[in-house]
Amino acid sequence: MIHVEGLGHWYGDHRAVEGLSFRIAEREIVGFLGLNGAGKSTTLKVLAGLVVPTAGTVSVDGVDLVEAGAAFRARIGYLPEEPPLYKEMTVREFVRYCGQLKGMSRAEVEARLPEVLGVTQLSHVADRIVGELSHGYKKRCGIAQAIVHKPRLVVLDEPISGLDPRQIVEMRQVIRDLARDCTVLVSSHILGEISETCDRILVLAGGRIVAQGTEAELAARARGGAVRLTAVLRGARAAIEGALADASVTGSELRDDGDGTWRVHVALSGDTREALVARWVAAGVGIRRLVEDETELETIFLGLTREVAA
Amino acid sequence: MNGILLVAGRDFRSYVNTAWGWAILALALFIDGLFFNFYALTSTPRYSAEVLEDFFYLTGGVALTCAVFVTMRLFAEERQTGTMVLLESSPLSETQIVLGKYLSGLAFMLLFAVLTLYMPAMILKNGRVSFEEIAVGYLGVMLMGSAGIAIGTWASAIARNQLLAGVVTAVIVVFFLACWRLAKVLDAPFNDLLSYVAFFDRQFKPFEEGRIHTESVVFFASVTFAFLLLAMRSLVARRWE
Repeated sequence: MIHVEGLGHWYGDHRAVEGLSFRIAEREIVGFLGLNGAGKSTTLKVLAGLVVPTAGTVSVDGVDLVEAGAAFRARIGYLPEEPPLYKEMTVREFVRYCGQLKGMSRAEVEARLPEVLGVTQLSHVADRIVGELSHGYKKRCGIAQAIVHKPRLVVLDEPISGLDPRQIVEMRQVIRDLARDCTVLVSSHILGEISETCDRILVLAGGRIVAQGTEAELAARARGGAVRLTAVLRGARAAIEGALADASVTGSELRDDGDGTWRVHVALSGDTREALVARWVAAGVGIRRLVEDETELETIFLGLTREVAA
Repeated sequence: MNGILLVAGRDFRSYVNTAWGWAILALALFIDGLFFNFYALTSTPRYSAEVLEDFFYLTGGVALTCAVFVTMRLFAEERQTGTMVLLESSPLSETQIVLGKYLSGLAFMLLFAVLTLYMPAMILKNGRVSFEEIAVGYLGVMLMGSAGIAIGTWASAIARNQLLAGVVTAVIVVFFLACWRLAKVLDAPFNDLLSYVAFFDRQFKPFEEGRIHTESVVFFASVTFAFLLLAMRSLVARRWE
């Protein structure tokens, strides 16, 4: 369990983050979203044990960052945006060195190496020089060094930046595989990636957590309880519009699809879908299709950060 | 201890596995050999003890210059390439990291010293100097080199890049080398103080002559300790920025 309580950090007079509190359960993949300057990098540095916070507490399984710095860092794996690599080493030497650096014995690292190289899909390049690998493989080397010592929390900063589409798909699998053994915190500007990979999302704005939850929960909050639907209907226009004449319908748009069907976009103030359907059925309107419009993560994120700015 | 040796081992291998390390070593050995041939082995007949004294004077100077180039990359390069985060996010303490870096520099200095052995070996074979005199001279080279490495370790820990680290180290080393001249134009107690901290004029002299002065051993050990402590505190301070 990762427990952050009242985390604050100042650089001189500049407040980077303040009053940050959240918990992350075991084996959860959590996405960390925030605009530039939101305090994301500072929070990640604190979680990686690189920076001691000005205020608040951070602990992993009860081990506190300030009280037991070395023991805390032994429980964390960190991949910065630009993977830190000794480019003159082979992949195997590099991962072995990092494992020993994190406190493992040579025998422990040797026993763990095949698993780490397997999870990060590096086995076939294990004896190649790190500096000669492509960007995607370098990222995987960065992940390998972060997980070799079996950390409780792995912090990944922009793990897919600069990867090609095939590498992105492979990296998603790597991240999902990581969550079999540990908790993963992923920070990314690519919102689709967060949506694709993470179980839960933390949204940071102005140095504070402004929202947290699953994508569906955040979408519901961004909509303020409202529901948007798209329906494909068959029937008379007057009957369709008659059913829409209700206080719960805050907006609608009707379009003739040309084949005797109508496409209707409806905005409801609350979840009154069943009542609307009942009115259409009572009016003799045939319902061919009815779907709830999904709110894109981009829209949710911009909505939440706009709230803070306001 | 394992952590110290781990950091030291990687850094030392990075010296000997790259052209940079060998270039420094080759240049240092070339200059040392050239000066030895030019200044120590003159055509005028000299006592072998004097030749040995000159050898250690020259080798001490080259060792300090070597320290500037060896240490400038210790931390500054890691910071420039982004690998410093591997050390900072590891469970190693700042003391272990600094001592590991320092030891790698010292091991490189030892390699340099070993490769110069052929020169005193020639004096030993053809002149009348003792093995003990040579051992004491090398002890002095290593002690002074150790101080230089410690100064460079600290400079590298605080500098943003390697060039700046090299310049800071060079300025401090030159101060310790040249302060005896400054002492001549100053009044007491500053002249006494500056004379005392003069590397060559005061502290290294006994080693050149084959004598071990406790004062000099303590002096070089103190400089080493002080700068390593500063380097360690600089790393700790970075976490609290």
